[in-house]
Amino acid sequence: MSNTPLGLEFKSSTFSVPVLILSTENLDVIQQQLQDKVKQAPEFFKSSPLVLDLQELNKSGYSMDVSVLVRLIRRVGMFPVGIRGGNVQQNKQAVDLLIPVYSIDHREVSSSKKEVAPAESAKPKEPLKVKQVSTTLITQPIRSGQRIYAEGDLVILAQVSAGAEILAEGNIHVYNSLRGRALAGVQGDESARIFCFDLAAELISVAGNYKVSEDLNHVVRNKPVQIYLQDQALIIKDIELHH
Amino acid sequence: MSRIIVVTSGKGGVGKTTTSAAIAMGLAKKGHKTAVIDFDVGLRNLDLIMGCERRVVYDFINVINGEATLNQALIRDKNCNLLYILPASQTRDKDALSQEGVGKVLDELRKEFKYIVCDSPAGIERGAHLAMYFADDAFVVTNPEVSSVRDSDRMLGLLSSKSRRAEQNEEPIKEFLLLTRYSPERVKLGEMLSVDDVQDILSLHLLGVIPESKSVLNASNSGMPVILDEKSDAGQAYDDIVARYLGEDRPHRFIEDKKGFFRNLFGG
Ligand SMILES: Nc1ncnc2c1ncn2[C@@H]1O[C@H](COP(=O)(O)OP(=O)(O)OP(=O)(O)O)[C@@H](O)[C@H]1O
Ligand SMILES: [Mg+2]
Repeated sequence: MSNTPLGLEFKSSTFSVPVLILSTENLDVIQQQLQDKVKQAPEFFKSSPLVLDLQELNKSGYSMDVSVLVRLIRRVGMFPVGIRGGNVQQNKQAVDLLIPVYSIDHREVSSSKKEVAPAESAKPKEPLKVKQVSTTLITQPIRSGQRIYAEGDLVILAQVSAGAEILAEGNIHVYNSLRGRALAGVQGDESARIFCFDLAAELISVAGNYKVSEDLNHVVRNKPVQIYLQDQALIIKDIELHH
Repeated sequence: MSRIIVVTSGKGGVGKTTTSAAIAMGLAKKGHKTAVIDFDVGLRNLDLIMGCERRVVYDFINVINGEATLNQALIRDKNCNLLYILPASQTRDKDALSQEGVGKVLDELRKEFKYIVCDSPAGIERGAHLAMYFADDAFVVTNPEVSSVRDSDRMLGLLSSKSRRAEQNEEPIKEFLLLTRYSPERVKLGEMLSVDDVQDILSLHLLGVIPESKSVLNASNSGMPVILDEKSDAGQAYDDIVARYLGEDRPHRFIEDKKGFFRNLFGG
């Protein structure tokens, strides 16, 4: 038997990482819009890992120099950790920059197809696309150490334990006790709200504006409340139940 | 159909091994052929609690490595001939457990045994992961204090996301709460969480409350699972738990402060 103590261990783990879907080759536009996003939600974007998605861009026949793009993104303060939907040359550029190449998830391909339905395509296209995503419904308790990320609204019918973290780009509804961290509007949506039946959270945040548990001492327990943003301030308000 | 039960907690020293020994004995005494496995490689003590430490020839790792057959390694309990113990290795390090190896041994055990009780090591690392990975039912052993409750919550998260049943999208592991080392007096003094507090935090089906009891130490010193001490409160509590697990409806005991109860009764 060897006497060297075990120094490392491999584990499989799942992370949610934002995907940046590009649909313009105009670097100035990209830089401007990224800077705006970071300003809106520095909590979420500053030093955030990021996967670049070039599928749309390549489909539209635009070109993109990956090394220039990566430099731009790093300047804005984010860390590209992967690329997908790139062509052979773009993938090679990425690998040269030590950025791994991922394949496109098929479920997402089909959902992005849906978005190009006739009614939608009539609208003028934004260069940085806002994805239309549906609600995520969860019926099991979210336990300490677990993390949930929803691209749209997040509806949870069970409790969220202390030590758990739930994030949504849209609204968060918890029809039970909220004891962990809840962050709504994490991509900067200031109209996002958090609703819960019993507020005992470690942290609540809407579009990067947050309050920690210490700030919530005065909150009445065991009563449904909603949390929303008004003039950059988080408002916590009882929800009147009419019988 | 056999059931694999993991006795787990996250936090150490809360009573997993005590519980594993007691419920394995309880199930066997009710006529079910039962095996109890020590997953705590390097720190084995299930064999001490079961009083078979002097009869260990081969262990779990030997079976995984093909150095012994399962029948060579299983030790028949001295008090109940339907109960078998598979001890952990004291000399190997815990990397000797592989998921594939554990799976094979459990599959083989399933052919012979109705219940297979897995005594998990503390923590949420490899050993604890392997002990719960193949489980059908989980007994989550919790002490009435905040850190133990938090670790149990963490373990519940892993049970529902990192187990074989979760990964293969099967019906989830059935989870049961066992609140151990409970002392109604100390709850009253505000030194411990109450049953209600713990259930409020974990929202989990309560299988039973085991009181803090000297009989547990006495039992482990004499190498007899405490459930065999039928006069003791802890023994009776474990007996209730086994009965409830098997579908019997028994009222909960050991939650109220007895002295307080009598005092109230007699207006003292
Ligand atoms: N109900 C009880 N009353 C009094 N003492 C108890 C009770 N349950 C367990 N103990 C004591 O607590 C200690 C730890 O118990 P045990 O070994 O069963 O815990 P464990 O969870 O298996 O520990 P580990 O994490 O180290 O494997 C032992 O000394 C045991 O005697
Ligand atoms: Mg133990």
